Amino acid sequence: MLSEVKLMFDQIIQFLATGLSIGSTYALVGLGFAIIYNASGVVNFAQGEFVMLGAMSVVGLLGAGVPYPLALLVAIAIVTLVGFSLNKFAIEPARGASVVATIIITIGASILLRGAALLIWGKDIFSMPAFTGDEPIQIGAATLVPQNLWIMGITVILVLGVRYFFDKTLIGKAILACSCNKTAAGLVGINVKLMLLTSYGLSAAIGAVAGLLIAPIAFTSFDAGTMLGLKGFAAAILGGMGSSMGAVAGGLVLGVLESLGAGLISSGYKDAIAFVIILAVLFFKPSGLFGFKSVDRV
Amino acid sequence: MTILQAVNLDKHFGGVAAVTDLSFSVTEGEIYSVIGPNGAGKTTLFNMLCGYYVPSGGSITFAGKDLAGMETHQIAAQGISRTFQNLQVFYNMTVLENVMVGCHMRTRTGLIKAALRLPSVIREERQVREWSLEALTLCGLEHLADREAGSLPYGELKRLEIARALASDPKFLAMDEPAAGLNDTETVEMRQLIQRLKERGITILLVEHNMGLVMQISDRVLVLGFGCLLAEGTPQEVQNNPAVIKAYLGEDV
Amino acid sequence: MNRLKGFYVYAAVVALLPILFPDNYFVTVVGATILLNVILAVGLNLFIGYAGQISLGHAAFFGIGAYSSAVLTTRFELNAWLAMLVGLGLVYVIANLVARPILKLKGHYLAMATLGFGIIVNIILVQESSWSGGPDGLGDIPTLSLFGFDIDTDLRWYGMIAFFSLAAILVSLNIIDSRAGRELRAVHGSEFAAQMMGVDTVRTRTNVFVLSAMFASLAGSLFAHQQAFVSPESFGFGFSIEIVTMVVLGGMASTYGAVFGAIVLTLLPETLVVFEDYEMLIFGGILMGGMIFMPQGLFVFLTQKIRTVLNHRSGPSPKPQDAQKTLECDS
Ligand SMILES: Nc1ncnc2c1ncn2[C@@H]1O[C@H](COP(=O)(O)OP(=O)(O)O)[C@@H](O)[C@H]1O
Ligand SMILES: [Mg+2]
Repeated sequence: MLSEVKLMFDQIIQFLATGLSIGSTYALVGLGFAIIYNASGVVNFAQGEFVMLGAMSVVGLLGAGVPYPLALLVAIAIVTLVGFSLNKFAIEPARGASVVATIIITIGASILLRGAALLIWGKDIFSMPAFTGDEPIQIGAATLVPQNLWIMGITVILVLGVRYFFDKTLIGKAILACSCNKTAAGLVGINVKLMLLTSYGLSAAIGAVAGLLIAPIAFTSFDAGTMLGLKGFAAAILGGMGSSMGAVAGGLVLGVLESLGAGLISSGYKDAIAFVIILAVLFFKPSGLFGFKSVDRV
Repeated sequence: MTILQAVNLDKHFGGVAAVTDLSFSVTEGEIYSVIGPNGAGKTTLFNMLCGYYVPSGGSITFAGKDLAGMETHQIAAQGISRTFQNLQVFYNMTVLENVMVGCHMRTRTGLIKAALRLPSVIREERQVREWSLEALTLCGLEHLADREAGSLPYGELKRLEIARALASDPKFLAMDEPAAGLNDTETVEMRQLIQRLKERGITILLVEHNMGLVMQISDRVLVLGFGCLLAEGTPQEVQNNPAVIKAYLGEDV
Repeated sequence: MNRLKGFYVYAAVVALLPILFPDNYFVTVVGATILLNVILAVGLNLFIGYAGQISLGHAAFFGIGAYSSAVLTTRFELNAWLAMLVGLGLVYVIANLVARPILKLKGHYLAMATLGFGIIVNIILVQESSWSGGPDGLGDIPTLSLFGFDIDTDLRWYGMIAFFSLAAILVSLNIIDSRAGRELRAVHGSEFAAQMMGVDTVRTRTNVFVLSAMFASLAGSLFAHQQAFVSPESFGFGFSIEIVTMVVLGGMASTYGAVFGAIVLTLLPETLVVFEDYEMLIFGGILMGGMIFMPQGLFVFLTQKIRTVLNHRSGPSPKPQDAQKTLECDS
């Protein structure tokens, strides 16, 4: 009896650990959503494709004989460029479009990027080598692979970095100023266009990193980003659209609940859990866990 | 007879007090104006009246009924209508269709009847068209009936909002700055229009910055400053009120 | 009647095509798919195009209709028409239930909620294999029969779907041109002003959501019987987006536009078979490009172009936003 309880307890620890690890990727994807939403009021449905492109680029670069660490950096650079282009060629020309219109534009972008990946890499599923080996490590009751630690570690560093960027640096503050009031920001000499470009680049880079982190334990393919993107969106909404740290918290919460739910209730419904949670939150507290309600002025 | 009564109304947004302890009553059939500098809380008052904002305190009674807890469409059903300072025209429709929406409460056709286009629907459409053209004519817009609303100049859009409100056959019409942005001729036309509405027995709550217009047509005027009632009375009384003069012209006078 | 001139022309074309080309694959097979998609697009257009809302989970209702028919006719041997009605009733109930909380939401939140709903329904179809057949789907669905005639040839299916498709268009046209339709458009134009005119906008949005869900359910039932097979794949997120794309291409707020969108989007993959690998790329490009450069939709864009060419003059009307902007600041 007692050993059963202990077994159960150990299992839960294991679920928590894997949940935090997968939740970290949701957090990063959600953070990407929040950054772009903050800067431009756009929900970027192509965020998941940044993740996919990051991982696929590494696979491609490794295949071309580029050494591993360099491949990681080049992949991030490539995806950042994609982020710039998304802003330049899809968001900027559609300034002033309605919410519904921007949703459709970014959904179009996500399908386009997926289509491009399909052309380049085909339908195969690829694996990516872990950063530092696959030897499982025992931490307390939980067994993790080193990549899990990389995921959580780099997520913490990135989140702190992003926080520092927006709180302390001039560019970060300028981006926030644009999100509050574009006209006023322009008047005080902030280059609004450049700030938008920066946010898209930053968001794409974060997405790419999420891809590099998750691919070694989850494989990758041209459509690997879709579900991840949708869950990142759920994380961002859970945290209250537009709150970066809220999105991070939302991602972690989703990851842990998903892992617990899959382990304790039903693994078949794993992918549904995030959406059940998000629907429940939307129904009962539509502004998200950390968001504020806004009213249109008439 | 009192038709609208506000008692101890309060509204604050976070730390900002937009309306503070405001009480007044409007008599049936009169033109009651609310004036005050920008940010005084006039639009906020309208939004509370229409159920868009929930008052932080106090109550509004219309024709003996407490409006608390009513949704905007239920308040409209009491016979209250309004126009907007920031135009809320249906730009995706023609001028006539805009006004036809105004007839909503006087008609019944729902989705199913509409889908089958029963003869009763066609009859009702004809009636709605008639009512709407009447309202447009009253506002001098009948020649523009089939234009896209988005193609109208600003002054006509303001009158379109009035026509739309009229189509609902209101007892009480709240107008938020109807003459703002109008040139002199248009302002005169607007004044005549408002007077015509009064003659039809509609009680009017008017917010307006054009003092000439306000003083000419109002029966009574309420002066708001920072959300508080500064003065109330006939146009003459208000114009000679020292508190008002101070609020409008500053301490030095 | 003048109001329905376009409809009669369209109906005549739909009726003539199979008479002229009874054995043409593009007419009877692809044509039937087009007509089925027309039902979906015209229905969703009421919600997205006219009422200005967004749904990224509409394939779920298509799926619920299809599975209702499939399960009830194969497992319970219910009459196919009755099964279709049960499906419609089920969708009516489900759509009403989810509408209440979902339609309080707007913009991104509404997008998320409908998307989540669609994904959950799809996962249920995959997981509940005891009745849904799981990922492998359900086969051997009996065909429909009408007055003792089995609908068992491509041509007959074309006729059957054409009937419902035309009915869907007629219903949409009737609604738009009525008090109920103006209600929808008013919600889109300014929700607060609509309320001020006495419109219960929550109810309006609920009703149109339920109605468009029922259009989808009807299409789903037809689809199940026509294919004799259903699997969750046909009702996923991707298909929800495809229906939205049809509406967008058609110009969001034009019934004929939605018809046009359904035609283009169904024909595209058929004609691009040679470019199969490029399908996604092109599809995504159309969505993006269409929305960026022709926010009024390809259909409206083309019809306007044609009109301009035909009568040479047509001064651009001032944009409503400009009028608004000049007055943002109180005088
Ligand atoms: N939705 C809102 N959120 C926050 N503050 C508001 C809101 N609406 C109005 N206010 C504030 O309330 C005060 C009164 O505004 P308003 O009623 O629009 O003034 P007026 O119409 O008299 O110019 C202003 O300080 C304004 O900033
Ligand atoms: Mg105001």
